[in-house]
Amino acid sequence: MAQSHRTSIRFRLNDQTVEISGFAPDLTLLDWLRLDRRLTGTKEGCAEGDCGACTVLVGRIDNGLLSYETVNACIRFVGSFDATHVVTVEHLNRPDGGLSAVQQAMVDNHGSQCGFCTPGIVASLHALWLAEPEPTEADIERQLQGNLCRCTGYEPIVKAAIAAAKTIPAVENDRLVAAYDATTEALAEFTDGARVTIENERGTTYLPADLNDLAALYEAHPKATIVAGSTDVGLWVTKHMRDIAPVIHIGHLEELKHIKTDEAGITLGAGVSYTSARGALVAMYPQLAELWDRIGGEQVRNMGTVGGNIANGSPIGDTPPPLIALDASVTLRKGDNRRTVPLVDFFIEYGKQDRQAGEFVESIFVPALEDDVFFAVYKISKRRDEDISALCGAFHVTTDDEGLVASARIAFGGMAGTPKRAATAEAALIGQPWSWDTIQAARVALAEDYQPLSDWRASAEYRMLAAQNLMIRFFLETCGAPARIERHPAMAEA
Amino acid sequence: MDAPTPRSRTEISGGAHVARKHDSAHKHVTGSADYIDDMAEPAGTLHGYLGLTDRAHARITSLDLDAVRASEGVMTVLTGADVPGSNDISPSDRNDEPVLATEKVLFHGQPVFAVIAETREMARRAAKRAVIGYEDLPYFTDVRAAMDADYPLVTEPLKLERGDIEAGLAASPLRLKGEMRIGGQDHFYLEGHIAFAIPGEDDEVTVWSSTQHPSEVQHMVAHALGVVSNAVTVQVRRMGGGFGGKETQSNQFAAIAAIAAKKLNRAVKIRPDRDDDMIITGKRHDFVVDYDVGYDESGVIHAVDATFAARCGFSSDLSGPVTDRALFHADNCYFYQDVRLVSKPMMTNTVSNTAFRGFGGPQGMLGGERMIEDVAYALGRDPLEIRKANFYGGEGRNVTPYHQTVEDNIIARIVEDLETSSDYQARRAEIIDFNESSPVIRRGIALTPVKFGISFTATWYNQAGALVHVYQDGSIHLNHGGTEMGQGLNTKVAQVLAEEFQVDLDTIRITATTTGKVPNTSATAASSGTDLNGMAAANAAQQIKTRLVAFASEKFSVPPEQVEFIPNHVRIGNELLAFGDFIKMAYQARIQLSAAGFYKTPDIHWDRASGRGRPFYYFAYGAAVSEVSIDTLTGEYQVDRVDVLHDAGKSLNPALDIGQIEGAFVQGMGWLTTEELWWDGKGRLRTHAPSTYKIPLASDRPKVFNVKLADWAENREPTIRRSKAVGEPPFMLPISVLEALGMAVASIADYQVSPKLDAPATPERVLMAVERLKAMVADAEMSGEDEANV
Repeated sequence: MAQSHRTSIRFRLNDQTVEISGFAPDLTLLDWLRLDRRLTGTKEGCAEGDCGACTVLVGRIDNGLLSYETVNACIRFVGSFDATHVVTVEHLNRPDGGLSAVQQAMVDNHGSQCGFCTPGIVASLHALWLAEPEPTEADIERQLQGNLCRCTGYEPIVKAAIAAAKTIPAVENDRLVAAYDATTEALAEFTDGARVTIENERGTTYLPADLNDLAALYEAHPKATIVAGSTDVGLWVTKHMRDIAPVIHIGHLEELKHIKTDEAGITLGAGVSYTSARGALVAMYPQLAELWDRIGGEQVRNMGTVGGNIANGSPIGDTPPPLIALDASVTLRKGDNRRTVPLVDFFIEYGKQDRQAGEFVESIFVPALEDDVFFAVYKISKRRDEDISALCGAFHVTTDDEGLVASARIAFGGMAGTPKRAATAEAALIGQPWSWDTIQAARVALAEDYQPLSDWRASAEYRMLAAQNLMIRFFLETCGAPARIERHPAMAEA
Repeated sequence: MDAPTPRSRTEISGGAHVARKHDSAHKHVTGSADYIDDMAEPAGTLHGYLGLTDRAHARITSLDLDAVRASEGVMTVLTGADVPGSNDISPSDRNDEPVLATEKVLFHGQPVFAVIAETREMARRAAKRAVIGYEDLPYFTDVRAAMDADYPLVTEPLKLERGDIEAGLAASPLRLKGEMRIGGQDHFYLEGHIAFAIPGEDDEVTVWSSTQHPSEVQHMVAHALGVVSNAVTVQVRRMGGGFGGKETQSNQFAAIAAIAAKKLNRAVKIRPDRDDDMIITGKRHDFVVDYDVGYDESGVIHAVDATFAARCGFSSDLSGPVTDRALFHADNCYFYQDVRLVSKPMMTNTVSNTAFRGFGGPQGMLGGERMIEDVAYALGRDPLEIRKANFYGGEGRNVTPYHQTVEDNIIARIVEDLETSSDYQARRAEIIDFNESSPVIRRGIALTPVKFGISFTATWYNQAGALVHVYQDGSIHLNHGGTEMGQGLNTKVAQVLAEEFQVDLDTIRITATTTGKVPNTSATAASSGTDLNGMAAANAAQQIKTRLVAFASEKFSVPPEQVEFIPNHVRIGNELLAFGDFIKMAYQARIQLSAAGFYKTPDIHWDRASGRGRPFYYFAYGAAVSEVSIDTLTGEYQVDRVDVLHDAGKSLNPALDIGQIEGAFVQGMGWLTTEELWWDGKGRLRTHAPSTYKIPLASDRPKVFNVKLADWAENREPTIRRSKAVGEPPFMLPISVLEALGMAVASIADYQVSPKLDAPATPERVLMAVERLKAMVADAEMSGEDEANV
C-alpha cells in the first residue's frame, strides 16, 4: 500500500503555524514551550500531571468539529501534537489585548494570590467557559480537580468561574472563537494520513498513518513504547528519566477512538479517552458516573485512555474493577492477528499481563447490563478527587425468581498485586438469599480473598475493613438505604 | 506614566481600609508575572542539580564521582570540600547544617554533592551516576521512638511554668491524661525552590532567590563563599507561595548556586524537581503531646501539665522558636491556674523541619483544644460550654503561662456573635437528632476559638526598613524589606503609602525586594509583614512630608499647619497645587525627595531563661463553626458548612484579608485531614509529590463557606492604621473541622467518650476511631448483659 511519509510535525501554536522535526522522543510540551519558545506563562509545578500549573488548551478536529480540551503540558510529548492547536495562557486574552472574561473575573474576585497556579487555572476555566454556558458548582469543581491552588482556598476561583459565564464566548472577545474557521481549515490541511518519523540522537518517534500501520510498526519494533495519553509514560520520563525510545504515538489514530454501542454492550477503541468514553458508558452504566468523575483530574481524563489503564497493568487502576465486574473482555492485536481474552485473565500477576511482544490492546468490549442486576462501584481514596485508589470495589449480583443469588462478580483494585475477583466472597453469596445475614457471611469470607499491603495510601487493616464494609454499603444501597456521602447529589446521573 | 489625567481632589483611589486587587493580579492571569525561572537567562547560563543520599543515617566511606564528572555536559561537581567559606547554613548558629553533607548523612535525601552542567537535564542525569559507599548507622524517624531511645534534642528545650503544678493537679477534683499525635505538613508552594546566581566583579555575586528572607540568604551565601555581606546582593520580586517553607530553606540552593557561579564565572540556576524539593526541604513539625489535666465538675480547668515533643529532623534550623511558639499557644484562649508546659525538640533522622504558617502555634493550640475536648466528653458536655468556662477574663484570670497579661481579649464577643450568626445551638440539636436515626452517615459540628500572639519571639526581628523615592514628576518608588509571596503585602504597603501622601495607588510603583536597598531585614514571617514594613514605609513618607511641609511653609510664607496633603494635591494656605507640580517645585528647590524609613515594635520583651515577658505586642482573635458528615463504613467525610468570624483589627484591605482567611482555613483543613507525611521502614519519605501527598482541592473546600471580618474590631495598640496581622491566625480555625469529625465519631458512643482523633484525620483514622468506639460500646453492652445475667 502506498503510504506517504513525513519527518516533521505541524501544528498551530497560538496564532502561528509551527513545523518542527528532529526533536527527542521524550521532549515534553512544557519544556519546549518554556525553553524553546520562551513562552513562560505556562508553569511547571510538579512535572507529573497532578497540579495543573502547566495546563494548556489543545484543539483538535473530532468528527469534523474543532473542540478544545485541557491537557498537562508537563507530561505530554511534543510528538503527540501533530495537527492540533496548542493554546497557552499568552493567547487567552481578548483579540483586542484586553483581559478575557475568565481573566477579568479572576482579577475581580481576587482569584489569584501568589499567582503561580493561576495561568493553569485560567486555562482550565477558559475551556469550561467555552464548553459550558451555565456551569454549576459541580461542573466547576470537576473542571478544577486537576488544578491545585495552595493560597486561596478556591472560593474566589469558583466565584470567578460563575462570574465569567455571564459573558458569552464570541468573535470579539475570544481569539479561539475568532479564528475558529481558519484553525479548522489549518488542522484539516495538516491531517494528510502520512506516517511521521522523527529521528533524534535520543531515539525515534513514530506517528503511524493508521491502525494497520501501527500494527506493522509495533510488530517491527516490539520494544517500542506505545504512548496514548502519556499520563503514565510521561512520568517514566519526568520522574524516572527512563529511556522510552522508540516511541509510537497512537493518540491521533481515529480508528482507535471508535465507540460502538448496541444491545450487546459497548466496544471502546483502545484510544478512547476517559472523557470521550464517559457519555456512552454512563448512559449504559449510570453507576459508573461517580467513579468516572473521580479518575485523575480533568486534564488526565482528557488525555488518559481506558485502553492504557488496562494495558499498563496497574493494581490500582480505577477502571479494571468495574470492567471485570461487568465481565468485560479485551481484544489484543499483533500484526494482523487478533485474540480476545476476558479482562480478568489479562492480569496475570503484579507487573505481568497476558500480552506478547508486539501485541497491543486494540479494543475493550463491555457487555450490557441486564435488567434487575445489582451493580455498583466504589472508590476509596485519602482525598476524594484526583487521588489514586486506596481500594476500589465493584459488585455485580443477580438474583433468581426466588430471591436467591444467581451470580456474583466482585472485583477489587488495591487489594492484591492485580485487580482481582473475590472468589470466596462470591461463593458465599451464590445460592443464598440476598439478605443481611448472607452479606455478613460474604463479608467474613472476603478476608480469604485478599492479603492487602500497607503503604502511604492505607494500611492493610484499613483496606480489608473498608473492603468488607463496602459489601455492606452495596447491600444497603440495593435496599434503597442511604449509605454514602454525596457532595452534589443531583449531579450523580448528569 | 501615561499622559496626566485630572486626579480627584476629594478622594484617593486605593488608600487604607479599602478592598483593592493584588497589585500583580492582571499579570498573574495573563502569565506575564515573572517568577525566577521565567527570567531571561544570560548567555552561557549553567544549571545545577543536587545528588542526594539514599540512606537515613550513615557514615560515608567512599564517594566516587568520576562517572558524574564524565557525564555529558558536566562542567563541575561540588562537594562539601569545595565550599570556599564555611560549609554551614545553620540559621541557629549551631553549626549543625552543612551546605553539602561530608562525613555523615543524617537523613534520607540529604544533598551530598551538586552537579553543574550545560542543561538542567544533563545535570539531573549526571547526578544519578554517583557511587557512594556507606556504613549504615541506627536511625529514628518517629518522635516517640526517638524519645524512647534517648535520642538527643536539637536545641534547648523551653519550660513555661506558673503556679504550683503538682499541688494544682493534686487538688483538682477530676484528672485526665492523654496523648495526641499531630502530623506535619509539606508547604506545597506551587513554585518550588529556585536560586539563580549571577557572578559580578571581584568577590561580588547577585542571587535571585525564591526566599522569604533575603537578608539571611545574603548572610548565608557570604558565609559559604567566605566573603563579607557587602559582596552579596539577594533579590526577589515574588514567590509562587512560601508559607514559611522559604524562610530558611532557600539558603542551601542559593549558597550552592553562588559557589558554582563564582567558581565557573557563569550564571548558574538551580531548580530541584518537585519530588526532590519535597524530600530535601523541611516541613511543619510533627508533634506528640502528652498531657495531664486537673479540672472540676463544672468543666473549669485547674491545672495543666503537658509535654510537647516535636520531630525536628537532623538539625536545629528554627526548631527552637517553633517549639517555643507551640508552648506559647497551648493555652489558646484559656486560663490555666497552675501550669507547666515543656518542649522536647527531638532530633530525628528526617529532613530538618522548619517554619510553616503558625510556626508551632497550631500544634500547641491543637494540643490545648484536645484537652478541652477530653474534658467535655468526660463530663458529657458540649465542648463549647467547656471553652467558655475557661476563657481568659475576670479578676486574676488574665495571665498566660509566660506571664504576659492578656489585655486585648475579645474572644467572648467573637464567639457569641458567631454562635448566633451561625445558628450553632439549633444546628447542633438538629445534628444530634439526625445521628440518632442515621446508621451509616453521622454528622458533627464544632465551634473553636483562636487567639494568636503577634510578634517574633526573637525580639530583635521586630524591626523593618523601607526606601521611598518621590521622583520629579510626582511618581513614587516603593521598596521595603518584606517579600511578596501572594499575601498582598506589596499592595497593602502601597496603600499605606498612598494614604500617607494622599495620592492614588497607581502613583506608586512596587519594586523587587533587594538587600541592596533595604539592609538587615527580617524574614517575611510571623504574620508581621504588613505590621512592620507598613510602618517603615509610613515612616519614610512622613520624613519626606516633613521636609515638604517645611519647604512649602517657607516658600509660601504660611505656618506649617496650613500645608495640607489632600487627595492628589497639596493645599498651601489658599493655594492648591497638583501633587506632581508641587513635587517638581520642591525638587527645583533642592528638597531631598527620598527617605529610608524604619520601625521597631515597641513594648515587647522576652526572657527565655525565666520564661517570663511580653513576647507579643498584641493578639489576633477569631472563631469558626464547622459542620461535617462522615461515613461510618469507610471513614470518608466531607465538610458541609463553615462559618468564620475573624479579627483583622481595622482591616487595611478587607478583600485581601478575606483571601488570607479562606486560604489559611483550607490549608489548615488540609493539614488536619488529608495531608499525611508517611515514612517507610527505611526512613524514606514516600509522600513527596502531589500524586501521593494530597492537599485540598476545590471540591474539598467547605460546601458552604461564610467568612466575615469582625468589622467592629480595632487594634488597641497603635499598629499600622489599627489593623492586625492576618497571615497565620486563621490557619488554626479549622481545628473546628477536626473536632466536628470527632463529634460525628463520638455519636457512636452517645458522645460519652472522647473520640481522640489524631491528625491528620484521614478516612482511615476516622474509620479506626469509629471502630474503637464501636468496640467500646459492644464491650459495655456485653458487660451490661453479664451484670444482668448475674
